[in-house]
Order: sequence, then structure tokens, then C-alpha cells
Amino acid sequence: MNVVPISYYLVLSAVLFGMGAIGFIFKRNIITIYMAIELMLNAVNLAFVSFARAHNQLDGLVFVFFVIVVAAAEAAVGLAIVITIANNRRSLNVEDVNLLKF
Amino acid sequence: MSVPFILFFTCSAIAVLGALLLIIAREPIHSALALILVMVSLAVLYLLLGAEFIAAVQIIVYAGAVMVLFVFVIMLLNAGVEQRTNYSKLAKFAGVPLGLFLLLEVGHWMWRSAIGSTIANGPGALSQTSISTPDLSKLLFHDYLFPFEATSILILIAILGALVLAKRGE
Repeated sequence: MNVVPISYYLVLSAVLFGMGAIGFIFKRNIITIYMAIELMLNAVNLAFVSFARAHNQLDGLVFVFFVIVVAAAEAAVGLAIVITIANNRRSLNVEDVNLLKF
Repeated sequence: MSVPFILFFTCSAIAVLGALLLIIAREPIHSALALILVMVSLAVLYLLLGAEFIAAVQIIVYAGAVMVLFVFVIMLLNAGVEQRTNYSKLAKFAGVPLGLFLLLEVGHWMWRSAIGSTIANGPGALSQTSISTPDLSKLLFHDYLFPFEATSILILIAILGALVLAKRGE
């Protein structure tokens, strides 16, 4: 039985999450920051499916389903906010959105 | 090297490459295309793990609906090259070490965890190679019925919120 060990999937998930976090810190475009968040959600989904597989339980897959639903709702609202910001500020750079900055 | 190993390493290489491209690319549209690459390769990995339903949902909802929304907004706002600003000192001197530390630590603990040593097809594995979708639907519509119904309200609120936000201010 030459099946890939679960730990390989988990390490891939950790790497993708870390890259998403670094992208979240470094990107300056609102839309790209959003995409980095989506990357982190995807990494967590991969970990969920791997653990569901390892524990031989289906509950992890139900959680992945809910994460995907929430991510879709979040994308709809978040992109509406991005459009509003772009209309008001004429810019997609996060450094131009500093009304709440101390 | 058997077929699952080759498939795993190919797809994970594509996924990491796509994530790297997402960070490096200066145009938002390139980042979006790189993210689609990551999502499709993750769907192949879900198939490899035997989760067919999740793989289909990943392609249809993520790579289909959500990314189409992203690309649509990028086109609509005519998002050009990302402006290079002087990065904040906090991001440079605290962000990179902390990000790398997070990556290493999460990777380390996932590698070391007890579950890390289990093989997917070991003694505690499912009897069949794929997780059956009927069993999943029984779980979703029976045990998780209330959360499932709650998500429908969540989506309704999201639709209303998006409508209110996107409406032109009077």
C-alpha cells in the first residue's frame, strides 16, 4: 500500500497557510490581501480533510463544507466593501484607507 | 514511487508555486489566476484523499463562483499594477520573522503530531478508498441540520449586505 502519509498533506497545508499570512502582511492591494485570506482558508480546508481522513470520521468534511459556504458569503460582502472603498477613495491601496488609523 | 506519490508531489509543487506567484505578482489579475491554480491543485489533492464531494464543491464554488467574483471586481475597478510604497517598518522587521516562525512552527508541530505518523490507509482507515457522499449527506442533513439551515440565513444576510453596500449613496 503506497499511500501518501497524512503528515505530508499537513506540512503542505502549513506551508500554504504561512505563505498566505506573509502575503496578507506584505501586499498593498486590497483585492490581493483578500486573496491571501482565501489562500489561508484553503490551507485550513486541506488540514480539515486530512484530519478527517486520518481519524476516519466524516465530520471534518462537513466543517469544510461550512467553511466554503462562509467564505463565499464573505467574498460577496467583502468585494462589495472593496467596490465602495474604491468609489470613495479612488484607490485600491490599503495605505490610503487610514480613517481609523491612530 | 507509486502513482499517488507522483500525483501528490506534482500537485503540491503546483500549489506552492501558485501561492508564491500570488505573493510575487504585482498585477492583481495575475494573483487571481495564481490562486485559481492553487485551488485546482488542491481539488486534485482532495480527490487523492478520497473526498470526492469536497473536490467537486472546491471546483464549483471556489474556483468557479468565488474566483469569478474576484476577477469580475478586478476588471470592474480596472485594478492596475500595485503601487510600491515604502513598507511599514513593522511589516518589514516584525512581519517576515513572525511569518516564517509561524510557518516553521505550524509545520513542525503538524509533522511531529501523533496523527502525522498515521498512514492514510493504515489500520484505522475507511473500508473503501473514497468517502461516500450518501454518508456525508446523511450527516449533513441529520446531525448538522441546524447549522446547515443557519448557513442559508447567513447567505441571505450576505446578499442583503452586498446589495446595501453596492447601492449608490444618495
